[in-house]
Amino acid sequence: MWKERRLRTRGHLPLSAARLINSPPYSIHRATLFAPFVISVKVVSIIGWEFEKLERKQEGMAGSGVVTVYGNGALTETKKSPFSVKVGMAQMLRGGVIMDVVTPEQARVAEEAGACAVMALERVPADIRAQGGVARMSDPGLIKEIKRAVTIPVMAKARIGHFVEAQILEAIGIDYIDESEVLTLADEENHINKHNFRIPFVCGCRNLGEALRRIREGAAMIRTKGEAGTGNIIEAVRHVRSVMGDIRVLRNMDDDEVFSFAKKIAAPYDLVMQTKQLGRLPVVHFAAGGVATPADAALMMQLGCDGVFVGSGVFKSGDPVRRARAIVQAVTHYSDPELLADVSCGLGEAMVGINLNDEKVERYANRSE
Amino acid sequence: MAVGVLALQGSFNEHVAALRKIGVKGVEVRKPEQLESLSALIIPGGESTTMAKLAEYHNLFPALRDFVKMGKPVWGTCAGLIFLADKAVGVKSGGQELLGGLDCTVHRNFFGSQVYSFEADVLVPELAAKEGGPETFRGVFIRSPAILEAGPDVEILADLSVPSDKSTKSVAQNPEEKSETLEKVIIAVKQGNLLGTVFHPELTADTRWHSYFLKMVGDANMQNCSSSEGVPDGSQRPPDLPIYQ
Repeated sequence: MWKERRLRTRGHLPLSAARLINSPPYSIHRATLFAPFVISVKVVSIIGWEFEKLERKQEGMAGSGVVTVYGNGALTETKKSPFSVKVGMAQMLRGGVIMDVVTPEQARVAEEAGACAVMALERVPADIRAQGGVARMSDPGLIKEIKRAVTIPVMAKARIGHFVEAQILEAIGIDYIDESEVLTLADEENHINKHNFRIPFVCGCRNLGEALRRIREGAAMIRTKGEAGTGNIIEAVRHVRSVMGDIRVLRNMDDDEVFSFAKKIAAPYDLVMQTKQLGRLPVVHFAAGGVATPADAALMMQLGCDGVFVGSGVFKSGDPVRRARAIVQAVTHYSDPELLADVSCGLGEAMVGINLNDEKVERYANRSE
Repeated sequence: MAVGVLALQGSFNEHVAALRKIGVKGVEVRKPEQLESLSALIIPGGESTTMAKLAEYHNLFPALRDFVKMGKPVWGTCAGLIFLADKAVGVKSGGQELLGGLDCTVHRNFFGSQVYSFEADVLVPELAAKEGGPETFRGVFIRSPAILEAGPDVEILADLSVPSDKSTKSVAQNPEEKSETLEKVIIAVKQGNLLGTVFHPELTADTRWHSYFLKMVGDANMQNCSSSEGVPDGSQRPPDLPIYQ
């Protein structure tokens, strides 16, 4: 279907097409993200010929602003909800703050403060940490109540690999699913095949390889994991720096070295190559896990993230209303230190932090690969 | 010719990238004083509630209303259109502050939650007449609003047929399938120097809506329309997301 549409567009559009040829921003064909093993099969069978073709495609497509396509994408293409719509939703959240809430009242506080979405939960990560036990998807009734209370998008968490929880969340019509390591794992080996869903997913990562593996599974948005429920930004910084640092290394790499690099970080070659061409992750990238102050949020933005998740940081603090508002302002005006100073004044107590030098503190980030 | 993009939240990077593609520099606007030197403004997609809150925190509303009153061209996409409308329904409890200026009633989240977001080729006769290219435009509708009523001075540039019971499921799942009771909703309008689209041209590679808007800017100030120059592709500029087709 998409193929026909593109041909049609091209055929009728000589002027704009000529304009596009000189345009720098990149387009990626939807199919690129959906053909994990088509490439490897082809590569094994007819190496030389296929690479020549691939090269030509890359050249041609870089000019038109469209990056390479392998196969026709029929493998996992979900006709019902194209990837562009899933990523588009995340693009509308850019420059915003997504807040964890456990009641409809908190959701309204978050909306009033200017959060661009809320994450509906039964317990915030700090409480999950304190109480222990198995953490699961929240009661759908609670999520629906929160959804009714606000007009902004509502997200909810499903356990890693628990695709039935995801089906339930899709059925109640929320806007985004977080397949989250903060909940107890349901599957140690496999994540959810997110191509099978109409609803988009956000997944956590600690490094570039993990991010690209999640994107290949169908994630339309990535958040660096950090360490949820600690109020300690150290792990979030580590993970964002790791992703951004790897991308900088990749950008300066010779094309011939990318094969080996892809193998080293255990990520699909085509997505690694795309990341190299773009100079950033091919989907929206938020920071998460440990943001407790406006300064933390602005730090994440200055390190290059598209937005911020705040979990326990708002509603475990002394004055959630003011703190929520201050963090929202800090994300918009992240590069304006005077304004950051203004909004950081008189926020009351921040959440109690956890020192991560203590070996006994469980690392949620290490639960999944 | 400086075109501002309101950069409080949402898809402002995408608009700046689309403007760059047609050789115009987009200026990010976050504070009232930044509006003064601009000849036009784009209000991007995003969360309209969030953008309204941030505009309120930094006292942007009076400056934005003056900007509209001066007759300078303003284009709102999705959330930006809600901003420009005189009246919005389906807003949060306690209401939402609007800029106003566009004589129409907008339903804030007409198509429902994200599972009902969709893409469709929409007919755009006016755009095709002015800018050439195909008769259709790839409209990306993300938790999109719709225009329910438009005043007599409002020029309707595009509409879309949806089942009248508003169960938009069938639109999202089978855009081709004709349901029996179809109702037209307005999805693109123009009134004087105000332009509004409920979909997101900034998410597609087709820049016709952007050049259409720039022609409105050219008409509004004929004297300095020649000053638009190509923007050097500065390498310090942070890279942006790809366009998925």
